[in-house]
Amino acid sequence: MPTPERREAERLFALMQAEGALPVEADTLLPAETLLDLYGEDLRARAYVTRDPERGEMMLRPDFTVPVVQRHMAEGAEPARYTYCGTVFRKQEPGSGRATEYMQVGYEVFDGTAPAQTEAQLFALICRALDGLSLRAATGDIGLLLAAVEGLDTSDRRKAALRRHIWRPRRFRALLDRYRGRTPAPAHRAGLAALSPEARLTALEEAGPLIGLRSADDILARLDVFAEDAALPPIPDLQAEVLEDILALRGPARQALERLRDGAVDLPALEPAVVRFAERLDALEIEGIDTTTLDFEASFGRTAMEYYDGFVFGFHAPARRDLPPVATGGRYDALTRVLGQGRAIPAVGAVIRPGLVAALSGEEA
Amino acid sequence: MLKLGVPSKGRLMEKTFDWFGARGIGLRRTGSEREYAGAVEGIEGVALVMLSASEVPRELAAGRIHLGVTGTDLVRETVPLWDRKIAEMVPLGFGHADLVLAVPKCWIDVETLDDLDAAAAAFRARHGFRLRIATKYHRLVRAHLQAAGVADYQLVDSQGATEGTVANLTAEAIADITSSGETLRANHLKILQGEPVLRSEATLFGARGAEWDDRLRDTLRELGARLGESWPAGLPRD
Repeated sequence: MPTPERREAERLFALMQAEGALPVEADTLLPAETLLDLYGEDLRARAYVTRDPERGEMMLRPDFTVPVVQRHMAEGAEPARYTYCGTVFRKQEPGSGRATEYMQVGYEVFDGTAPAQTEAQLFALICRALDGLSLRAATGDIGLLLAAVEGLDTSDRRKAALRRHIWRPRRFRALLDRYRGRTPAPAHRAGLAALSPEARLTALEEAGPLIGLRSADDILARLDVFAEDAALPPIPDLQAEVLEDILALRGPARQALERLRDGAVDLPALEPAVVRFAERLDALEIEGIDTTTLDFEASFGRTAMEYYDGFVFGFHAPARRDLPPVATGGRYDALTRVLGQGRAIPAVGAVIRPGLVAALSGEEA
Repeated sequence: MLKLGVPSKGRLMEKTFDWFGARGIGLRRTGSEREYAGAVEGIEGVALVMLSASEVPRELAAGRIHLGVTGTDLVRETVPLWDRKIAEMVPLGFGHADLVLAVPKCWIDVETLDDLDAAAAAFRARHGFRLRIATKYHRLVRAHLQAAGVADYQLVDSQGATEGTVANLTAEAIADITSSGETLRANHLKILQGEPVLRSEATLFGARGAEWDDRLRDTLRELGARLGESWPAGLPRD
């Protein structure tokens, strides 16, 4: 006798296939290194790692996106849409009571032809799939943040450092404050930056024997960075404030668009991302989504959705704030770029948790 | 009987015995050198359980002993949600040690976690893999680095001689327990500035989940009085 979760999963899986998605499978045990290289050591706190004597560290599938993307990049042809249905495994905070294994039904689209329409269709599909539940959707757009960073009048190195920490808000904030000149560079960095090239070598020699793999070149290259950074002017206030406004921007999506258009006046590099945002809203309207009431929050997805680099969304039950989101998704071109070692594929996708759908329908029934 | 778990050997055992002895409670090992049995004098109803310091947290968490002496580092590293299961009763004032992150002294560009993060990014770009930090305290170190937003590192397991891993090229940095920092210095390592990952100290812990009947509560109160502590009757469960 199938569980309610299983029944709901099968309904959703059938729905995705009816939309033209090809059903795909993925291994349950995945090579841990690929995932750890992508998401960093923090992933160990959220996924189960085991050891195979021959294959080394293996991870119990924490999601399907990575194996599906890898498989598509190895053997797929665009455009393509896939769906999958299976169990994922997550370590949870001790005491949180959250499920450590649960089903996911997912839908991934690799198609670069009409990005705004693809995103809107994905969002509308998830809305239809969850029809009948009292859920609230939240949307965001990491692409706006990336464009705002790109448009700052500062060095490529600083921009790269900010981009690297888009998904780690605390460190992003610390960097931005320093680059704006609001917090001084740490004293030891300033001291090293002031040294002549000869004095740097002497300082290095006096510090102690060179041990380990990190070479004198590695260390001296960082001192060059300190010197370069110390010589840079702060990021102009006007530009930084646009970025700050975007970080804090939340409200109905249509209204947010007006604020973003204002921002693009002071930070013209924002313009293409704002155009994309506007196109997406129009495409959503065509799909029957009311963008005058749709929630938008520019920082949405910054903590939990690394590699999502454009439109992002989540669906949650307002009456059940204790539950994780019922569905999440968005654009993750950055992930395909990292996995493809330079070759990127425009990609959007979403996952639904049928167990939560079943639980919520049970409550409402 | 109220079961008191104490480390079965070494300085930690001696200092624990001294600490209780100075408060009129005699703890001693009985039998031969190799036999892990002990006796308690000066108070009724307390039995000594000799354990490896690393087993004390587990026995406390399971409620198989009522009280136990071990380092805060071991409790926090090995017991998830430790404070729901285990209560800190008295810090004993010895066995001080910090869990610290240390990097080669020659890294003149790295003094703080910010530097470590930036150095890790550059290291990964140049060498093609995540900067390795050798430790046996995986959970504590990972949580510390995560809270600080450090990325592009990996933890590699080291159960001993951790300070030597950098010179042996199996790690770029380490996280380990140190009391004086001497071993670190001898291995050409320096401690990162800022708060350590954890300050550890030998501590008397209580097991919230152990059986606490009326007699045991009385014994606990009596023991508390002898130690100059006003403990409640029994231990509150979370």
